Amino acid sequence: MNLKEWIFTTDHKRVGILYLIGSLAAFAVAGIMALLMRAELSTIGPTITANPTNYNVWLYTHGAVMILGFQIPALTGFFANFCIPLMIGAKDVAFPRVNALSVWLFYVGVILALATFFIPDPPDIMWTGYPPYSTITTGNTAMYSFTVLILGFASIIGGVNFLTTVAYMRAPGITLNKLNIFVWCTLGAFVLQLIFVPVLGTAVSLISMDKYLGTNFFDPAKGGDVLTYQNLFWFYSHPAVYVIFLPFIGVVFEVISSHARSAVFNYKMVVYGGIGGIVLLAGEVWVHHLYVSGMADWLRIGQMVTTLMISIPVGLMMISLVGTLYKSSIAFTTPMLYALGVVFLFLIGGLTGIPLAVPSLTLAVSDTYYVVGHFHYVMAVAGTFAIFAGIYHWFPKFSGRMYNELWGKIGFWLTFIGSNVVFWTMMDIGVDGMPRRYYDYAHFPQFESAHQLMTAGAVVLGLGFAIAVLNWIIGAMKGPPAGDNPWGSPSLEWTTVSPPPHGNWPSPPSVADDWHPYSYRKG
Amino acid sequence: MHKQHVKGKMCRASAAVCGAVLAASSWAAETAQSAAPKINDPARGWDSLWHEVIVDITIIGILFAVVTAWFVFTSRRTAGNQTGASPKLSAASAVGWTVLPIFIFLSIDLYTAANGWVLWNHYRDVPADRLEVKLESGMYSWDYTYPNGVRTQNELIVPAGKPVMLRMTSRDTLHSHYIPDFRVKEDSMPGRVTYLWFHPTKPGEHLVTCAEYCGVMHSYMAGRVIVKSADEYAAWMKREETQLAAAGAPAAAETGAPVAKPAARPKKT
Repeated sequence: MNLKEWIFTTDHKRVGILYLIGSLAAFAVAGIMALLMRAELSTIGPTITANPTNYNVWLYTHGAVMILGFQIPALTGFFANFCIPLMIGAKDVAFPRVNALSVWLFYVGVILALATFFIPDPPDIMWTGYPPYSTITTGNTAMYSFTVLILGFASIIGGVNFLTTVAYMRAPGITLNKLNIFVWCTLGAFVLQLIFVPVLGTAVSLISMDKYLGTNFFDPAKGGDVLTYQNLFWFYSHPAVYVIFLPFIGVVFEVISSHARSAVFNYKMVVYGGIGGIVLLAGEVWVHHLYVSGMADWLRIGQMVTTLMISIPVGLMMISLVGTLYKSSIAFTTPMLYALGVVFLFLIGGLTGIPLAVPSLTLAVSDTYYVVGHFHYVMAVAGTFAIFAGIYHWFPKFSGRMYNELWGKIGFWLTFIGSNVVFWTMMDIGVDGMPRRYYDYAHFPQFESAHQLMTAGAVVLGLGFAIAVLNWIIGAMKGPPAGDNPWGSPSLEWTTVSPPPHGNWPSPPSVADDWHPYSYRKG
Repeated sequence: MHKQHVKGKMCRASAAVCGAVLAASSWAAETAQSAAPKINDPARGWDSLWHEVIVDITIIGILFAVVTAWFVFTSRRTAGNQTGASPKLSAASAVGWTVLPIFIFLSIDLYTAANGWVLWNHYRDVPADRLEVKLESGMYSWDYTYPNGVRTQNELIVPAGKPVMLRMTSRDTLHSHYIPDFRVKEDSMPGRVTYLWFHPTKPGEHLVTCAEYCGVMHSYMAGRVIVKSADEYAAWMKREETQLAAAGAPAAAETGAPVAKPAARPKKT
């Protein structure tokens, strides 16, 4: 094994592992940014830096890198690459070299994002990059635009690749209704990426053109309109929530079903009602990010109804997850704990989103810590827990070795407790008026103890994540051999050896007529 | 002072349930007495609808969590090769398990949307008898202009009992005029005029803070709404008017309170 082999690999499993390493590195950096922010907020007034710009740069990096550098690449890069060909019985993806190109671009994007710390005027425009500030700041807006464009391009070519792979490379006997839920979820996510990423590319290109090339798309003094950017940006970035949500809930379906040895409850409801419903609704709800932005009243009311209707597909998926647990056979392994953690955290996150769907209620809590707490429950914590559940679940497959169960559970409980302490407190003080993106909360001295509690929670949370990552590193190097199918799952990826060789199977696998990825009782 | 009664009421679940009934009937009540100049204070409507929704989602969440916990704790694997024993769904029950939840969720959605819409109209329909003040936001101050040309900075002085409407715009970046006590905010931006209104009822002071990231000193951009009794307000306004007349034309914005230092403004590139 040498470095060159890995860099120039076209094997989907190695490409996936490259995505995993890159996205975990991004996760670590963005997580450290979060800890720096929490340290800064532990007292009123300057704590670890006297310059608000430093805080704003950490905030920018935390948001942009967590979403674009960690969650989307880990889910649509690592899990999609590693699992999809194995789940559909293909020997690789349809375009292996395009796949290699996408992971290279991803690394360029991540390096560009991390170079933030080595340039004189780092971007300080939040991950949203709203003009006019992004067009007048001394921070480097171009850096932001290029990071987004490169990561977006990597994602688009990945999407084309996987849609083709699933359409044409399924092993004989694997019909559409026998695809793993994860495969369906990822297809849904890639359809959304293909439709909406170009809009984001347009938006971030236009702010850089305004700033550097003298155009006036967003300058009202010269005929532009500031609201246009927000519409363009959220027209992508709300669907991006589902680009993250769909694969992560797909991972949770696989993990819960495998460790409870129980067929996914009402499979077709999940695929056609849940995933289909989300793909259909994804593009009609972006205005709920603009409820206090001065949008037309009729749009705010109209998208209140579509936003509330998101509860239907999501609710169907939650019913299916819980139904899967009914009369099942649960082994409380580390991946299962993380997956059950997702059900709990996502329940809180999803329900606290309902008031935010209503514009009149949002008028008070928008742009406060309530919103921050809500979306951290939904995306950040539930999403990250799902990613961790998935890494633990497929760890025996991609490394061939077993992680340490005890340390896995310790890590889980630390993160679970830490995240609830941080984000529940956040929602609590948000309702009372604590605005987001504040370097200092001198006007809100009553929240100091809550901020200190959150800082303590964040340390516990960070410790739990660090233990998990160390557990993988040590497990991958020194863990005991895992065997081909440690969980007893009928899903196709467990029928090959661990780790799977180049080409996955000696000859294309064939499946029996009554096979289903969730037919546990056959064993 | 702005922590006010959110928390206190939050515990009073019964009050919130009553709020549900009230919110549902408010529309009917409103149409019935159309002629009376009744003021629908959005802040009060917000409190009752918020509590209602919080109670609703808490009930849903607890139901869901209890069922999940029940399934989890009764399904522990006892033997190594044991598999799940859940019954296979018939086609009819599969459809039923899809359609029934859809209708339940949809009815909750539409009920919430209807209540939200009623409250929305209260937020957007400004009473005709009102004080209208222009607001121009800038990095990092709130500049108010009264109808008679009086100007203040970072202090919005208003009489108790009269609805106040702000017509807002911005001279540089986005800002959001957020008054936590009155449960309202709306962005101000260059090139467009937005508005909000609130109903101060008794004398006091309320924090105004910026809720839309606007630049380096965003977190220091704050001001106050100062509610005076009608008499005190009239006296204050009279003084301001005299000063304004003495100064000639509506002069610079320095009439009001001490000015926040416009620190570290990024340069235009």
